[in-house]
Amino acid sequence: MENILHIIPEIFIFCSALILLILGLFIKNIKLINNLAILSLLIAVALVINQPYQSIYLNSYVIDEFSSLFKIMIFIGSIVTLVMFVSSREDLHINLYEFPILILFSTLGMMVMVSSNDLLAMFIGLELQSLSLYVLAALNRNSLLSSEAGIKYFILGALSSGLLLFGISYIYGFSGNTNFNLIAVNYNSESLGLLIGIVFVLAGLAFKVSAVPFHMWTPDVYQGAPTPITAFFALAPKIAAMGLLVRFLFNSFGELYLDWQQIIFFISIASMMLAAFAAIAQTNIKRLMAYSSIGHIGYALIGVACVSSEGLRSLLIYLMIYLVMNVSVFTVILSLKRNDAYFENISDLSGMYKNHPFTTILVALMMFSLAGIPPLAGFFGKFYIFVAALDSNMVFLAVIGIIASVISAFYYLRIVKIMYFDEPKEEFDGVNIRSLQVLFYPSSFLVILFFIYPAPIIQLSEYAIKSFY
Amino acid sequence: MNELPILSILILLPIVGIFFMTLIRNNNDQSSNNLKHTALWISFLNFLISLYLLFSFNQQDADFQFEERYFWIEYGISYHLGVDGISILFIVLTTMLVPICILASYDSIKFSVKEYLIAFLALETFMIGVFCSLDLVLFYLFFEGGLIPMFLIIGIWGGERRVYSTFKFFLYTLAGSVFMLLAIIYIFITAGTTDVSYLLDYNFTRNEQIVLWLAFFASFMVKIPMWPFHTWLPDAHVEAPTAGSVILAGVLLKMAGYGFIRFSIGFFPEASELFAPLIFTLSIIAIIVTSLIALVQEDMKKLIAYSSVAHMGFVTLGIFTFTVQGIEGSVIQMISHGIVSAALFLCVGVVYDRLHTREISRYGGLVSKMPMYAFTFMIFILASLGLPGTSGFVGEFLVLLSIFSINTYFAVFATTGVVLAATYSLWLYRRMIFGALIKDDLSEMLDLTRREIITFVPLIALTIFIGIYPKPVIDIIEPSAKKIVSQVNGKLN
Repeated sequence: MENILHIIPEIFIFCSALILLILGLFIKNIKLINNLAILSLLIAVALVINQPYQSIYLNSYVIDEFSSLFKIMIFIGSIVTLVMFVSSREDLHINLYEFPILILFSTLGMMVMVSSNDLLAMFIGLELQSLSLYVLAALNRNSLLSSEAGIKYFILGALSSGLLLFGISYIYGFSGNTNFNLIAVNYNSESLGLLIGIVFVLAGLAFKVSAVPFHMWTPDVYQGAPTPITAFFALAPKIAAMGLLVRFLFNSFGELYLDWQQIIFFISIASMMLAAFAAIAQTNIKRLMAYSSIGHIGYALIGVACVSSEGLRSLLIYLMIYLVMNVSVFTVILSLKRNDAYFENISDLSGMYKNHPFTTILVALMMFSLAGIPPLAGFFGKFYIFVAALDSNMVFLAVIGIIASVISAFYYLRIVKIMYFDEPKEEFDGVNIRSLQVLFYPSSFLVILFFIYPAPIIQLSEYAIKSFY
Repeated sequence: MNELPILSILILLPIVGIFFMTLIRNNNDQSSNNLKHTALWISFLNFLISLYLLFSFNQQDADFQFEERYFWIEYGISYHLGVDGISILFIVLTTMLVPICILASYDSIKFSVKEYLIAFLALETFMIGVFCSLDLVLFYLFFEGGLIPMFLIIGIWGGERRVYSTFKFFLYTLAGSVFMLLAIIYIFITAGTTDVSYLLDYNFTRNEQIVLWLAFFASFMVKIPMWPFHTWLPDAHVEAPTAGSVILAGVLLKMAGYGFIRFSIGFFPEASELFAPLIFTLSIIAIIVTSLIALVQEDMKKLIAYSSVAHMGFVTLGIFTFTVQGIEGSVIQMISHGIVSAALFLCVGVVYDRLHTREISRYGGLVSKMPMYAFTFMIFILASLGLPGTSGFVGEFLVLLSIFSINTYFAVFATTGVVLAATYSLWLYRRMIFGALIKDDLSEMLDLTRREIITFVPLIALTIFIGIYPKPVIDIIEPSAKKIVSQVNGKLN
């Protein structure tokens, strides 16, 4: 009974999702439902901050600094998505009250993911999150692309869950436990079966974070899904899956790191390089952001591959900065529309600085930041990643990382080029949407002015990895 | 010491200016003039502050002065500023050139004036920051951050092939610099700090030095630029607007020369000594090859751009002699080149604004229509080829003197560069200014306007002043140069 008190945030999100589901049947005001969902997420933020750190349910569910930080990042992603939903729901034909409720369920799944310390809890969280996302991707039922995205995501997602379960069964079979900490005590490091289990679980998780070679779904789903949901994909689930990946690897196989380090090493390099080259040819902004996110996950994985406190610290710094940059980019993608039609092609941005100088300079700076050019926040993310890599003597990984960052600078610069150097087109009429500006300006200024005093973020991430080192 | 954080003020003032300028609406001629005046006064005020800095600078003291240090990112990476006798001159050069650039852009920039001026002031902040920072991460931040405004300046207000040029400029520089970033991170991990004044006393092992030196070299070699990675420079110069070329030649190239003096030989003396022959060879090749390339150019800006590469060859020659004279010569050569090449690009801008072409063959006989222009252009052409009595001579002479004491052969080859410089410069001058005025469209050309005269007067005065009486400048450089040389020799023995 006492344990229930420790998972109040989870219970609160669950209850509010259920209450809103029932309310939605009677109240036709979707905006109200959505605002209530935002409110409950805000309350959940407060609840998570005040949560005592503890491991409960026979140590299968852990609440520590690490999980709390991840939960707050996930809440931010969810709140941003819901705010985006308000302004775009009618034009995108997703004016359904299920939207905020599905987001809440998905958020709940992610909360379980980042706190789970047990293979079963992990799987339940993962599935709750994924099932909501499958529905969300296909939410625009009249659009062929959206339905295709939903089906594609579902089939591949089901496959990856299958792989994950297969891996889980191997790990259970060869260690006799499902609890991460107990696995760490009981496994036989000689056994090949355990290694197979790790490989399969990693494959399943790599699918969730969309790391190469399990990234195939990402561009199609990003393009097909309605934009607020694309933003959600980029913001929350990847961060949650990354938290899960770290806990799974470090808690259960921390000693065995030589076996999985090379896997992470490989998918990190593959993600960075593939994204850098593949994004060059993209014409659709959402596909481009998909490849961009694959590349960023590649960088973040360097932090995991280091297997050090420096590495985890840099991973957290990177994810936080990545979150803020993506909030800014996706809000601006959503606020640019002409005649009620949202733009998808990058060429639609052509010459936009003539009509919207202030918005354009902020977007351009976001692009520079994504490319990792100082003095913007993206640079500090990469800086700490490389600090961690060199600290663990992974010079090769760092060199590949900087080469990929130079190549990827090209496609980010291409967007700047189109916005500034090409012939102007008509004005966009969505840049004044108040609810998006509320997100766009603070996130952009946060990225631009981050360099003035970066110390708090760095201290925060050092604080958050205390339970690992 | 001085309590006022004067270096921070220098860095922040342009940002304050940007803030005010964003508040001014830009919708008619009157407001765009207001914007220009605001930017001009802000940058001029910055120049005055830098003069105050120069006059309150203690010339006898070889240490860093006006130091500021605040906690910034974490232990070991701090916000640390300071100047010595070498960097202070670059700061004054920067703050002097920026108002001149803004003045030169008054008529030539026709659209998006506000964005242009904001980009320029932002660039000024980054450039001053590069020369002030005594922390490697801070240095890298300013060094790379300057790419953003420069990318936009070339790309938006440039010529026809601006997109190609600006991408080339950006990606070349970025590709070089990221290796420096890795080196900086490595230094941070091994030495535990990126503080320059600490690292100057730190001893890296020989192997570390070699790798780190190469990484820094990759960045500075592209930026300065050295043969064979100089190809971005002519492209960038040709397509950039006049003021962009001025600041590119005047200040941005000097960042790399400054980096060589401060970091490459300061941190890694053994590696520098090891690689000095490589530098000498590349510099000699650069001097001779690019001078020959300059001879066949049809485009004025390209010609001056190639001559810049040759002049920067002298700079690298001087730095890696590890003598006081060599370093002094290099610094004076950089200052002089900053003034002279900036002025030459302004001269190109003057005729380009009137005729809208940079092809040399379209001109000829300008002296009969534009006598004042011909006089101005002559002074800078002569300074560029290193005529005694101009600033170009002092730097080249000191560099040649120092290289002669090291190796006669290198000195001989370098001296041929001086002859070639005279050839292409004077030939350019003859083709443009002398001869009969036969082309119809040239007969309408007007001589320098009052605004243009104002931009040239300080540059002429400085060129001749440094040429005739270089002692005040040398006095400022000497203690710091001596300190660097003694530090290097101390580490080598």
